Amino acid sequence: MHLHKYEKIWLTFGLGSLALFLVIIGFAAFWKGTHPMSHIETIDPQNVEAHESFKPENLGLREVAEGKYAVNIVASAFNYNIGTDADGKPVKKIRVPKGSTVLFQITTKDVVHGFQVAGTNVNMMVEPGHVSRLETVMKNAGEFTVVCNEYCGIGHHQMFATVEVYE
Amino acid sequence: MLKNTLFPKKEARLYMAFMHVTFASLLIGGLMGLLQTLSRSGQFKLPFGINYYTILTVHGVILGLVLTTFFIVGFQFALMGKTVGISDKQRKWGWIAFWTMLIGTIIAATTILVGQANVLYTFYAPLRAHAAFYIGLALVIVGSWIAVFVNFRQLYVWKKANPGQKSPLLAFMVTINMAMWFIASLGVATSVLVQFIPWSLGYAATINVLLSRTLFWYFGHPLVYFWLLPAYMAWYAIIPKIIGGKLFSDSLARMSFILLLMFSIPVGFHHQLTEPGIDPTWKFIQVVLTFMVVIPTLMTAFSIFATFEITGRRKGHKGLFGWFKRLPWKDVRFLAPFIGMVAFIPGGAGGIVNASHQMNTLIHNTIWVTGHFHLTVATTVILTFFGIAYWLVPHLTGRRLTPKLNKLGIIQTIIWTVGMTIMSTSMHIQGLLGGPRRSDFSNYAGGEQVSTWISYQVAQAVGGTILFIGIILMIYIFIQLAFFAPRGIQEFPIAEEEVDADPTPKILENWYLWIGITVALILFAYTIPVIDIIKHSPPGSLPFDWPIGR
Ligand code: HEM
Ligand SMILES: [Cu+2]
Ligand SMILES: [Cu+2]
Repeated sequence: MHLHKYEKIWLTFGLGSLALFLVIIGFAAFWKGTHPMSHIETIDPQNVEAHESFKPENLGLREVAEGKYAVNIVASAFNYNIGTDADGKPVKKIRVPKGSTVLFQITTKDVVHGFQVAGTNVNMMVEPGHVSRLETVMKNAGEFTVVCNEYCGIGHHQMFATVEVYE
Repeated sequence: MLKNTLFPKKEARLYMAFMHVTFASLLIGGLMGLLQTLSRSGQFKLPFGINYYTILTVHGVILGLVLTTFFIVGFQFALMGKTVGISDKQRKWGWIAFWTMLIGTIIAATTILVGQANVLYTFYAPLRAHAAFYIGLALVIVGSWIAVFVNFRQLYVWKKANPGQKSPLLAFMVTINMAMWFIASLGVATSVLVQFIPWSLGYAATINVLLSRTLFWYFGHPLVYFWLLPAYMAWYAIIPKIIGGKLFSDSLARMSFILLLMFSIPVGFHHQLTEPGIDPTWKFIQVVLTFMVVIPTLMTAFSIFATFEITGRRKGHKGLFGWFKRLPWKDVRFLAPFIGMVAFIPGGAGGIVNASHQMNTLIHNTIWVTGHFHLTVATTVILTFFGIAYWLVPHLTGRRLTPKLNKLGIIQTIIWTVGMTIMSTSMHIQGLLGGPRRSDFSNYAGGEQVSTWISYQVAQAVGGTILFIGIILMIYIFIQLAFFAPRGIQEFPIAEEEVDADPTPKILENWYLWIGITVALILFAYTIPVIDIIKHSPPGSLPFDWPIGR
């Protein structure tokens, strides 16, 4: 099969850039640990309370060490259960200081949901039978909307929360 | 067969049947698109208590699955009829394919419209639609399989009659696309027949959600190539004729289709990058396989522009860009697909972001993705399909694309370009700011972030309105070409090879080899992760009806 000279140059350049590009994302993934969220841990979706992290009293924000937090959430159509506050009211806002490390752990009792803290790198699918888990450093202060970004039913657009990162 | 001879009436009728469904779908689906953008702008409420997700399901199913499949099957039948011929018996099977697909479409569409299937076109478990929805979809796929085997048979019969000759290029391309479609749709068909239908009828109590999603995306990515390859057929083998040139290289065209076949299927994980339960190493392997499509894409880009330049220079246009200025810009059969090609540049760049292991997290399930595929499918592919329809429809009905209709076509193309630029750009930006896709208007918790999203949603409604005007115009043109344009003979343009072209290597038609490699790549990319998914599966999921309003 005959290749034109210019086509050879074009393809060599293209394949070279492609190889470089793949090396970069491979390096970032395997050496810098920037894989997308791929936590592997199963759970019974009919009985999520059996899991230590998703017992009703363990839901919500906890400081696990100096500057380190964990947030446990149970998603269901069309709500994120982030525990209750001192008055027994459902929590809708997660507040953490700027620069803190936050571990999000979330699962669902019913259908597939999404969990994105818009404006940050926290974006993961939440699927029945699996635990999704992602740790991140909240570097910027501000109010971030948490949205369910996987269609979960006709109330999908009413499923949200807020993360506030304060100075 | 002579290109300027019309098809026999009974043959043309079959191909036209597919075109009628295509353009009816465009009107229905386009209307839904308009309503979606209006509803999302927050300025309008949907009338009669219609649910946003009902119309979104209609839009996705009718445009993403029905319009595309009908156009492609019909167009490919016409290509096969022109290049290798169709027997009476094959034509009868063609009708069976058509009716099976149409009945399936009607069953699925009715189920959606009565509100029993608000599951969107991806129907992710454990949301449960009425069983009729899944059965309707299964019929559409089975109907398309009949077309697959008729096309295979057509080429086989031609080969028998022409021993030792290479198959016509377009027939070869159709066969590649149908081979890919068949191998890919086995995944979703398995999921629908083995998982969804028994579960939706209550025979199986639970469903394995992750497995069903994996089978869906095993199909879902090749699905987008199934849309794209017919556009490539036109770019490689039809546009050169329209601009008065020759085929750039028969062998390169075949080679790039073979590469597209091999690298279209073992890549579905790039739609599942942020899902739990899948080993990230396998995700990465499929990301690498995904990027191999860069090779045939670059080959395609090169040969298209080389054809443009060679043709222009041969006509005596001088200077660095003289050939470019003199392309037939006023011929809508060229202009519409050309704009499609241009849209594929940002479309492809966006695709690189989407498929990148890490960057995907930034845009996954945001409205950026919707902006992306309205560039690729709803512009690149659709404008090329329109570009084909401008000559195919009159060729089938024995009419002509008049200068006046050509002009309307050019206006249509411009309207589409303007509308889509506005809608798609604002979707991309809103997505980068975290705005979610597949969502009706919502204020969420309020605040600055949300009000920025809403301002982009207003822009999308402006773009969507312009696009809908484009759709009305396209429907008008179609009706003219189908029923009212003056009688005559509209050319069926198929580019020829140069007289002194290099012979095409025989190996390019070694189907065992290419399909063998394709299957080997699929087994490599999927065997271990699928065994893992099955071995480590959690308790299955019960069906959920109420979240979708059943
Ligand atoms: C009048 C022209 C069109 C308009 C105004 C339009 C508008 C939209 C909007 C606003 C959405 C996203 C809604 C959401 O995520 O909530 C959408 C989704 C979609 N559109 Fe279009 N669109 C148009 C044409 C097309 C065409 C021609 C195609 C395909 C050939 C297409 C295929 C799709 C698909 C597959 C989806 C995804 C549905 C889903 O996520 O479930 N659209 N469209
Ligand atoms: Cu949701
Ligand atoms: Cu894909």
